[in-house]
Amino acid sequence: MNLRAAPNFRAVWAIYRVEMARAFRTVLQSIISPVISTSLYFVVFGSAIGSRITEIDGIAYGAFIVPGLMMLSLLTQSISNASFAIYFPKFVGSIYELLSAPVSYLEIIIAYVGGAATKSVILGLIILATAALFVPLRIEHPFWMIAFLVLTAVTFSLFGFIIGIWAKTFEQLQLVPLLIVTPLTFLGGSFYSIHMLPGIWKTITLFNPVVYLISGFRWSFYGKADVSVGVSLGMTLVFLAICIAIVAWIFKTGYRLRN
Amino acid sequence: MSSIISISGVTKTYATGFKALKEINLDIERGEIFALLGPNGAGKTTLISIVCGIVNRSSGTVTVNGHDIGRDYRAARSLIGLVPQELTIDAFETVWATVNYSRGLFGKAPNKEFVEKVLRDLSLWDKKDSKAITLSGGMKRRLMIAKALSHEPRVLFLDEPTAGVDVELRQDMWAMVRRLREEGVTIILTTHYIEEAEAMADRVGVINKGEIILVEGKAELMRKLGRKQMNLELRAPLAAVPDSLSHYSLELSDDGNQLTYTYDNQSDRPGVASLIRDLEAAGVQFRDLETKNSSLEEIFVNLLRQEP
Repeated sequence: MNLRAAPNFRAVWAIYRVEMARAFRTVLQSIISPVISTSLYFVVFGSAIGSRITEIDGIAYGAFIVPGLMMLSLLTQSISNASFAIYFPKFVGSIYELLSAPVSYLEIIIAYVGGAATKSVILGLIILATAALFVPLRIEHPFWMIAFLVLTAVTFSLFGFIIGIWAKTFEQLQLVPLLIVTPLTFLGGSFYSIHMLPGIWKTITLFNPVVYLISGFRWSFYGKADVSVGVSLGMTLVFLAICIAIVAWIFKTGYRLRN
Repeated sequence: MSSIISISGVTKTYATGFKALKEINLDIERGEIFALLGPNGAGKTTLISIVCGIVNRSSGTVTVNGHDIGRDYRAARSLIGLVPQELTIDAFETVWATVNYSRGLFGKAPNKEFVEKVLRDLSLWDKKDSKAITLSGGMKRRLMIAKALSHEPRVLFLDEPTAGVDVELRQDMWAMVRRLREEGVTIILTTHYIEEAEAMADRVGVINKGEIILVEGKAELMRKLGRKQMNLELRAPLAAVPDSLSHYSLELSDDGNQLTYTYDNQSDRPGVASLIRDLEAAGVQFRDLETKNSSLEEIFVNLLRQEP
């Protein structure tokens, strides 16, 4: 890598713009469908079932699940946005242009992950606005709320980017989100406090990284957390660091990009 | 320094152990049209992909206008436009968006006038708001070229540019290549259509089984390796070639009406004039005669045949 040469900001902007344009072109898939599914969660869990559940940690059940639902969408959408963005040009072959362009790996990452993360953050805020229609919300730590939102969007977009590079087929592309991320999110305390779990399961749950994301995020809303906020933040940063390390290795070796 | 691309000692061995390139040394002169000929699987696309940064080389060095493609990849790549063999475009982008994207990707400031000119030159202007997926095959090919030209490259790679392309587009493309050459752009085209190299190229390189087996100016190549043929149409059919003419190795057509004499330009075989004298002496009369040069295609086939 030549550090003397000027960075190619125009390329970053060009890729970023294409990625954002794709979201607006597929507005039904990228924005509207998550909003609809979130609304359904509120109807089912918030109103129908939630009305029979007592408060958790002093928070009405409908409001309690809002941070978890946002995280659920944020995680799955970050992964699918970023993985598709890099997998698709690989699949149709148009990646040749990216590989032959005067762009550094860092610029490629910033553009693709930046695009995917931006879409996720926008989506998260839309879900928040949707939720506000159903339940009374309060956000005690708005700065930390945004920080967790952005950090999670970036981390999981990076994770999605890795999956997109690793995947050789569309099936593999769906495999990780479907078989790993969705179960981890459902079991990560989106719909309950992990303190409600019986003994051993509570310990097992602590190995689920999503627990820390949701717990920290919920704390930024209501000031109540399953695990301490410092630990939540630390675990999120650890996961981010792991993703960065993997991406650095991919680019160093050209893994599944340049043979 | 007159060569714009300098390839030295480049090898490529794929993870499967397949040696795609053995040891390539090749210099491309500034401003020339260079045709890289070779059968399928000879290593043409691998070599181009290495120069363009799509495939990593196993060893060797490549410089583009003096910039090493590894150390100084930004400077090297920004000079190169590539039109790959396959039609690979993001199908859901419009023509206008995708060509401007290419320009941005290569770090060039937006320039609507220039992009418009590129699209007009390639008869794509009417289609600028169409999505790539709605274009015909020929139009998609034009779009690939427009993307490669959008960032004003100094070197243009055309990988099998006219494979499966209709006559009109082929002629448009040849005209475009000549125009670019006049502007000083160096053009490297790979092809297995020899007529294309014959019509366009200043120099020809032949690659086979991962090795460059020959690089020559086209004219020299034709002169050196070319053969001439003379066909004689006889007044009366012959049953056999007379013995007195046996050292010419003439071929007699099945109906006995035509004699064919094949001779190298450089060989010391007896020339045409002496054959005509000897024919007269043998009492063989002919109505008409024609001579022709062998095509690059015949040269090429002969070359590959000589390969072990």
